[in-house]
Formats: sequence, structure tokens, C-alpha cells
Amino acid sequence: MDHLDQLESLGVHILREAYANFKNMGMLWSIGKDSTVLLWLARKAFYGHVPFPLVHIDTGYKIPEMIQYRDRLSLEWGLNMIFGRNDDVLASKQTYPDGNVDRLKCCSLLKTKALKNTLSGKWPRYYLNHETKKYDLYNNTEPFTGVIVGVRADEEGTRSKERYFSPRDRENLWDLGDQPPEFWNQYKTDFPPGTHLRIHPLLDWTELNIWEYIQRENIPTVSLYYNQGDGKRYRSLGCYPCTSSIDSEARNVEEIIEELKSGKLKNIAERSGRAQDKDDGGGLETLRKDGYM
Amino acid sequence: MEKNNEKQKMNIVIAGHVDHGKSTVIGRLLADTNSLPDGKLEQVKENCKKNSKPFEYAFLIDALKDEQAQGITIDTARVFFKTSKRNYIILDAPGHIEFLKNMVTGASRGEAALLVIDAEEGVRENSRRHGYMISMLGIKQIAVLVNKMDLVDYRREVFEAIVSEYTSFLKDIDVNPVCFIPLSAMQGDNIAQPSTKMQWYTNETVLEILDKLEKEPRQIDKPFRMPVQDVYKFTKFGDNRRIVVGTIETGTVNCGDEIVFYPSGKKSRIRTIETFNAPPKEEAQCGLATGFTLEEQIYIARGEIAAKSNGLKPCVTSRIKVNLFWLGKDPMIMKKEYLFKLGTCRVPARVEEVTRVIDASDLNTTNKKKQIERHDVAECTLKLNKAIAFDLATDIAGTSRFVIVDNYEIRGGGIIAEALEDKQTWLRDTVMLRNYKWEKSIIESEKRAEKYNQKSTLILLTGGKDAGKKALAKSLEDRLFADGRVVYFLGIGNVLYGIDADIKGKEHQRKEHIRRLSEVVNILLDAGIILIVTAIDLTQEDLEIMRTIITSEKIETVWVGENVTTDIAYDVRIQDPDNLEESVDMLKTLLQDKGIIFNPW
Repeated sequence: MDHLDQLESLGVHILREAYANFKNMGMLWSIGKDSTVLLWLARKAFYGHVPFPLVHIDTGYKIPEMIQYRDRLSLEWGLNMIFGRNDDVLASKQTYPDGNVDRLKCCSLLKTKALKNTLSGKWPRYYLNHETKKYDLYNNTEPFTGVIVGVRADEEGTRSKERYFSPRDRENLWDLGDQPPEFWNQYKTDFPPGTHLRIHPLLDWTELNIWEYIQRENIPTVSLYYNQGDGKRYRSLGCYPCTSSIDSEARNVEEIIEELKSGKLKNIAERSGRAQDKDDGGGLETLRKDGYM
Repeated sequence: MEKNNEKQKMNIVIAGHVDHGKSTVIGRLLADTNSLPDGKLEQVKENCKKNSKPFEYAFLIDALKDEQAQGITIDTARVFFKTSKRNYIILDAPGHIEFLKNMVTGASRGEAALLVIDAEEGVRENSRRHGYMISMLGIKQIAVLVNKMDLVDYRREVFEAIVSEYTSFLKDIDVNPVCFIPLSAMQGDNIAQPSTKMQWYTNETVLEILDKLEKEPRQIDKPFRMPVQDVYKFTKFGDNRRIVVGTIETGTVNCGDEIVFYPSGKKSRIRTIETFNAPPKEEAQCGLATGFTLEEQIYIARGEIAAKSNGLKPCVTSRIKVNLFWLGKDPMIMKKEYLFKLGTCRVPARVEEVTRVIDASDLNTTNKKKQIERHDVAECTLKLNKAIAFDLATDIAGTSRFVIVDNYEIRGGGIIAEALEDKQTWLRDTVMLRNYKWEKSIIESEKRAEKYNQKSTLILLTGGKDAGKKALAKSLEDRLFADGRVVYFLGIGNVLYGIDADIKGKEHQRKEHIRRLSEVVNILLDAGIILIVTAIDLTQEDLEIMRTIITSEKIETVWVGENVTTDIAYDVRIQDPDNLEESVDMLKTLLQDKGIIFNPW
């Protein structure tokens, strides 16, 4: 077994543990490379089926290609696709692109708040109707008590402290200093009522591993990750007003892997194109403690 | 160009008492292997100069951690460095006792350990505790670094005194260290370069030892073991595969191999090894998260362990002798119920006896303690609520490891040293042999359930003599029959004068009566029916015998009558069975609630 086989097996193992232990689970799909690899692992773990819904938080500012890609794969792979959105804020224009709030506030409204209320079922959720290929209002308002998330330990500091199975309390808060122990493939799968859980099967993967796996498995990805001839590509995908591309000649997966191995991007953080990270001295920690993924 | 991924990767945990110099050792390793980001060393040195602090390598680690927003080492931090042979990930485990559970989390991912001891301070509480934990966590290669030799003038006798003290401790807990190295991380002695100040030491430096450590061989030569995680049958897209899934702990398995599941003893043959987006496999090896279909339809559940029919069998019992460490704030006490998890199986458990408690702070052993305090290591006997399958630590480590959950948290972990007899030992072999030899129908149990529109279940009515059990049982049978259920009432008397004719009236044969009754029940449940059985004054022990024999998990026990006269843990109680109508309604609702029969409409 090579290093990708090992990462894959651990990821599949964790997904199966999660599925065996929890009801009302959902998997967050940001449409980015990491959560798409996660989705692929789920298809591996359950042999082509994904026995829980995929949840996407639509900020209304996602790059249009991302939404097209999401719906295409959902239909092709028979996914139970659900999305949620902060319609109020979009309608009242309390967003950064509208110039009414700063970046962090915008993230907290369009992502964190939308996520919380979508997971809890308090806000309307929309599901993909595979017959009409359109989204309908979802009449199930049951909360998700567990969410599977594609964060990686190497992305930034706080994520390196995560556990594979990480509890959040009623308020969705994360007690960093007092986390459950994890050893011998035994995870925290027992919870008092009211806890909600994040499951992180990709914790040990690096950015390079993600691309190597995409190459090996031939996983479809959004074209935005590749240089289309203008010498630019996205390294991390988010909302278009706050995400910028990096200079790169990489036109396909092979070239991205080469680029990562060459050390050319060594001194550029992966999320350097994500402007919200820099507007906060504490990096993502403030957002994450409050429930950001 | 770097070829990062072609090089071997190895996780090393570094542990030791607080302030014995772990960070300095890591800082030195990074600096001396040129693994620091460009200009980092100069920058930290410059900072020290500005603040008129003497430079310490530990600052370097702190600076790196700050960059990763890590703060103090409350959690295991990961630091990367490489030699020409390998890429290393150093797991820097917190040395402070408060963070022992984080240390355990970090150390469990290690493949080898560096244990740092301060030459001046000598062996301290956590030097011993971490040594013990690391060995219990299954890390076999431990290199002991005697640091700060500069503070004791590089004297050989100081080093040797520590070697002798710590060796005798390790010997007590059956650990054989790879080596002891005298060093000064601060001065750089024996980290990457051999020390010029300790001519009396001629063995390896830390770096040389690291490259000499061996990757733990994968457990491929051990007998095949796979804890069953689940059995999948996703019917979407016309998929009719029934796939038994799990991650292979040890050994290998091939298509066509005969497989036995424990503790049930059920047997079948591997038909296919399933894959997704990959060609079908002929063989699956340890470490792989896999899944397979079987030749014959047998009912197995999460928590069983798959093994091959030839080769070492796993142990099956409900009483075990274990070594465990305890992390919970509240002590582990006798008689309290805890949750025991091994592989994918989970079962309530109690401490039956505490044989020996080792207080890691001074490594005194006491036989007097009757409870296990936080951070203690103990030898004790656990009684599980039902028999499970496992291996002994000396045979297969992976399937001997367990954790203890209390109040939703993992509070302890350990390994099984010995399988002890329990009250059901006399039965278990018979039952496993019966399951092993069972002639399987080609009709799956799910198919039967679908056809009959019910889940086969035993409804066990017990209570005192003349409590009204039989009348209730017959009414219930009548009602369910009228509803179209496949149901049957079996009074114990029907067995007594026939099957039990040879042992009837012999009081000492009670267990044998129960055994025979249970075998009959087992057959009828396999046929897919809802079975109603009445028996007088069943005890918890009787019920446990029945559970051992009856393959189905679906047993509903009902105590009938006003007074409960035995210790049986029943599911429901019917106080007034004379009110037949109401009692039958109540039982019917119970069956609906449990999904045994389905509510029409």
C-alpha cells in the first residue's frame, strides 16, 4: 500500500464509522477540491452510493462554474443534494460586495450563519429534484447532528489541532483546550443529546496528496483550478469578490502536481488568495471557533 | 528536484517530563538537518539579541508553532524534518501531566519514540509515565535521550546512573529500549555531530539512531482479522450486493477463502472482494478498508471479527484480564457500568477485580487499591455484559486493544492479557460449532422478513406461577394471527414432556432445560416467525444463556405480574395481565415501536 492507499483507507474507515454511529448526518460540499475528494471517498466507502445528503452553502457569490459543476455531478452520481442560503442578507444587501459590511462580517453572515441555520433546519433548505433537475423547497426540517467536513491539518494552524471526530456544543462552539483523546482507531462516538459533531476524514492529507489522488482516481474538478491560457489559476475556491487567482502556468492536474513538488509555491500559503483570512489577526481561528469550517 | 513522496515517511513521538528539553532537541534536529525555513534561525537569533535573551533552540520551535498559531504545546504539534534516508514527522507530545490525554492521542500515531530525560534532574514522574504509556500504546522502539549533559560536566557516571535506573524501570514493564544516548541539545553534542566532550561514548548520534530505526513491519504475516464495521445493502440503482465491510487489521484474505465470524462462529466463503472505480481484487491485505460479498447468506452484525477458518482462532468470552491506563478525572471504580469498545464492538462492562495498581508517579505497586485513579496504570479483571471476540496482546496487538468510555468520553485504554472462563464457557463451543456446521438456506433472512412483513422475534413472557402468562400469550398469539402475522405460541410444557422427557423433574438440569428450549427457539426464529414463549421465574442468568444460544438479537422480555421475584432485566412489565385486552394492546404497540411489525397505513 502506498501513501495514497493508506490515506484513502483511513478516510474510508472514518466515513464508515461515522455512518454506523450517527443518524442525521450530512456531508459539506464546498465544490472545492478537498470536499470533492471527500465525496469521492464516500463513493468508495459505500460502493458508488452516498447514503447521506450533500450540503452546500450558497453565498450567492460563488463563481458560476462552481454551481454548474455541482449540479452536473449531483445528477450524474445520483446525489441527495441540498443547499441553504442567507436570503435575508442577500435581499437587504448586508454584504461586503454591496459595500455595507466588512469581509469578516460578510463571511460570518453568508457562510457561518447560513451554515448554522441550514444544519439546524431553521431556515429553508432546497433539494435537487432529479426528475425536474431543479431545486425544490425541502420539507424535512430535522437538524443535522453530524457533519462530515473536508478540512486538512496542514491548511492553517487551528486545523492542525482538530480531531477526526470533533464535538461542538449546543452553541456550535469548539473547546480547543479540552478535546477528547483519539487512539487506536477509536473515536468519540458517544455524545450527550444536543452535541453536534464534525467528522474530518481528510485531516492527514496535504494539498499535494489531494492532487495526487485526483490524478490517480481521475476525479472531475472545476476548470477554475487550471490555467486557461492567461497564466493564472485558482488555488483555493471561494466567493468571487474575495478570491483571487495565483500566477501559474499549470494547465492540468499533472502540472499542478509538478508545480507543488517543485517548491515554487513553498512560500505562498494555500489560502493566500482568500482575502478574509487576512482581515483578522487571529487568522481563521475566530471564525472557526464560532462555527466556520 | 525534490522527490518528497518517494522517500519513506516515519512518525516519531517525542516525550518526557516537562522542561527536560524536548523542544531544544527538536530545534537542534531541525537546525542541524537544514530543515528550517530560510532565514528562520537568523531571525530568531536576532530577536533574542534584541531582547537580550540568550538564544535557545526551543525558541525556534515556539516561533514555528506561533506561525502555525499553535501557542503552547497543549496539543501534539507536528514538526517536519528530513535526512537523506527519510522524511520525519516529529509529534511533539505535551510534557505536562494535565495534557496526558493529548499526549496519548499524539503518541498513538507514532512508530517510534524518543524519550528525553534531564541528566541533572534525573528520572522523573513523567519519564516513567510516558515510558509506560508509549509501550502500552504499542510503540516498540524507544530511544532514551539523556539531555543536558553539559550541565553535569559530561560526566559518564551521571549518564550511567540514569541508564541503570531507567533500564530497571523499563525492564519491570517489559520494555527493551533501542539505546541510551548522552547529549546536550543546547550545545549540539550527539544530535547530528558526535560529541567531542564525551569521548567515552562511541555509539550513534540521535540522527544516526533515527535512520537506524525500522519501519514497523505491516502485520501481513499474522492471522487474518477484520472487525466488521457494517453490512451494506444499498438497493438504489438496482444494486443487490450484500457487502460486509471493515478495515483489515492483520493478514490477508483472498476470494474463495473460508471465513468464520466470531463470536457467533458463523461461516461462509468469500465470493468477491468489492471495489469502486478500480478493477476487482483477488486479494486484500492488512491496512486496507475493504468489503466483500459471501457465498452463502448468513446474518452477521457490526462488532463481530472475521477470521479464516484455518489458523489461530480469536478468543471468545465475557471475562478478561487486562492492563489499562486511566485518564478520567473520576477514578474507575468497581461495580459501576462502563462502555467497553474493541474494534467495532461495544459492550457494557464492569470492573470485577483490581489486581494491581501502578502509580506512575513513583512506580510503586499496590495490591490494596480497589479503584483506579486518574493517570494510574492497572491490572484488573473486567466482566463484559456479553461475550465478544478478541485476541491476546501477545498474539495480535490490534485486536487486543480496547478503550473505556464513561459519560460519553473515552477515559481509558488498555490491552487484553488473558481470556478467563465465564459462566457460559460450557455452552459457547457447542453454539459456535452449531453455527459453523449450520446448513444455510438460499433464502436470506431479509427476504423472509419482507415476505412475512415482520421481523422474527422472541417474545419471552416470564413471571411467577399462575401470574397469567399463558392466557396473555395465547391472546396475543390470537390477535397477531388475526392480523395476518406468522406467529406461534410455545409453552415450556410443550418442550418439557417431549424434548426434555429424559431430564424432566431433575432440578440440577435447569440449565439444560433452558439450553434445549433455546435451541428450539433458535430454529423457529430462523424460520422467520414471531414466537411467544412462556416460562416461570426466569433469572438474568437464564436469559444470558438464552442470548448466547439464540442467534437473533431480537428478544423482548416481559415480566408478567405484580411482584418481580427474580433479577431478570426485563424490557417491559405487565402488572395487570387479567386486563387482557389492554395488555395485548400494550404488547402490540411495543412490537410496532420496535419495528418488529409494521403499522398498516
